[in-house]
Amino acid sequence: MTPALEIHEVHKRFGRLHALRGVNLAVEQGEFFALLGPNGAGKTTLINILAGLSRATQGRCEVMGHDVVADYRNARRSLGVVPQELVYDAFFTVREMLRFQSGYFGIRRNDAWIDELLHHLALTDKADTPTRTLSGGMKRRVLVAQALVHKPPVIVLDEPTAGVDVELRQNLWEFIRRLNRDGHTIVLTTHYLDEAETLCRRVAMLKQGQVVALDTTRNLLSAHAATQVRLQLDPHRLPDALRPLLAGEAAGFFNLVLDDYAALEGVLTTLREANVAVTELEVAKPDLETVFLQLMGKTT
Amino acid sequence: MTGLWTLFYKELLRFWKVSLQTVLSPLVTTLLYLLIFSHVLAAHVQVYPGVGYTSFLIPGLVMMAMLQNAYANSSSSLIQSKMAGNIVFLLLPPLAYWEFFAAYVAAAVVRGLVVGIGVGLAGLWFAPMAVVHPLWLVLFALAGCAMLGMLGIITALWAASYDQMAAVQNFLIMPLTFLSGVFYSIHSLPPFWQALSRYNPFFYMIDGFRYGFFGMSDVSPALGLSIVGGCCLALSLTTLALLKSGYKLRN
Ligand SMILES: Nc1ncnc2c1ncn2[C@@H]1O[C@H](COP(=O)(O)OP(=O)(O)O)[C@@H](O)[C@H]1O
Ligand SMILES: [Mg+2]
Repeated sequence: MTPALEIHEVHKRFGRLHALRGVNLAVEQGEFFALLGPNGAGKTTLINILAGLSRATQGRCEVMGHDVVADYRNARRSLGVVPQELVYDAFFTVREMLRFQSGYFGIRRNDAWIDELLHHLALTDKADTPTRTLSGGMKRRVLVAQALVHKPPVIVLDEPTAGVDVELRQNLWEFIRRLNRDGHTIVLTTHYLDEAETLCRRVAMLKQGQVVALDTTRNLLSAHAATQVRLQLDPHRLPDALRPLLAGEAAGFFNLVLDDYAALEGVLTTLREANVAVTELEVAKPDLETVFLQLMGKTT
Repeated sequence: MTGLWTLFYKELLRFWKVSLQTVLSPLVTTLLYLLIFSHVLAAHVQVYPGVGYTSFLIPGLVMMAMLQNAYANSSSSLIQSKMAGNIVFLLLPPLAYWEFFAAYVAAAVVRGLVVGIGVGLAGLWFAPMAVVHPLWLVLFALAGCAMLGMLGIITALWAASYDQMAAVQNFLIMPLTFLSGVFYSIHSLPPFWQALSRYNPFFYMIDGFRYGFFGMSDVSPALGLSIVGGCCLALSLTTLALLKSGYKLRN
């Protein structure tokens, strides 16, 4: 099957800044995929290249098998992008914007689908409101609706939940999950790693313009995430041999980072030999945030 | 073609929603010019035999209003979209560069004509007007508005700020319009300025447009139309090439 997105050896330079350094990535149809990375990693730049908003200095991209430069019409028809910036056109109402956007994609009468989008994004009562008077969260949802007017098979959301409150964030994800169940490929970037962890089956981590990790969420968690152990000791004293594992102290607990569960044996043995008793012990589940911090901390 | 039509319609709606500022205000300004200049100069200036100064002035003012408004339409729409970032709504869909071009130029022409017709009709109240060669009149009006619409696109593509935008408007477009013979015939100028005026394409637009009304002009309308048409062609090719390359739009 044709991949939904194919990114091949993509470089982007802004003058002397090498923002993307040979990115290779393929996203299969139907995937729910997260593109993660710290600010400035190049996520938005990569999305812009896919969307034709920017041109790669080198390399090529395809959306549903259509080259984003040579076959831009088909590539753009296959792609819906929710931009990171909260942009809007002050002159027009929500419905006008959605009608225009449909028209630009060559769709004449789209009101049935527009109404459905407004309904799912809780914007029905704002349809005839000028976009400039909407709150930030509403503007964000209008952007989502605009990206979906042409029912694109591939949907890319660049930090779609930034500035959206918790309840609406849940609704938004519910809607996007539904789109994914209906067969749309979803690619998102987000700062809330817990969102990526629960939603996305596969994750790419970008750092300084390079892919430093690309795997299923599950594999990343089991391969990279160190196990965190919180210990309360009596007496409250950590033997010197265990100092290198210490990540921090809080509320009378020592936080130790272990490579895996097996290492716990050694820790307990050392404590027993030092005559230190364990009064409480908690093992923290590895999460994507830990993997992320670990990968981003590592020098490449 | 749906994309092109939608963009054209959106551009029309954009200026129509603020027509107080985009249609009525230039109309009033132009009529003030007419009122003041015709009052001050009517007794002193006779340009063409049998044509009163006020009658002479009206076509020039109509053309000036059309040119300025055609320019204002495409340039302000595009720079606003660029600055506000909502230009992405036009860059994400599969619109072709020539559709973008056609929609913006067509909307600029419509705005120019709406204001021009308004000024022309209001002018009838000041002096009687007859049209001797309607075809020339229409050709010069269309070519002039289209040309300024394109100049507006080029300026807005290039400008990185409202400031740069205003600089082009104030130091290039305004002088070229005012020094094009709106208020006088270039034959009344000293030889140096007369010669210089012949390098100003705006002069040919106004002169040719006036020919449509009176059947009299400073240069032959055919020569004028060739020059204006040549400028139009060169500007179209330039604008199309800039849009195709994604100049300052798709970095
Ligand atoms: N138009 C541009 N001109 C110059 N530098 C840019 C431009 N766009 C992005 N950059 C730079 O490219 C790098 C990647 O930015 P971006 O893709 O926005 O990162 P992210 O979305 O991952 O936070 C940053 O260092 C940013 O400053
Ligand atoms: Mg970004």
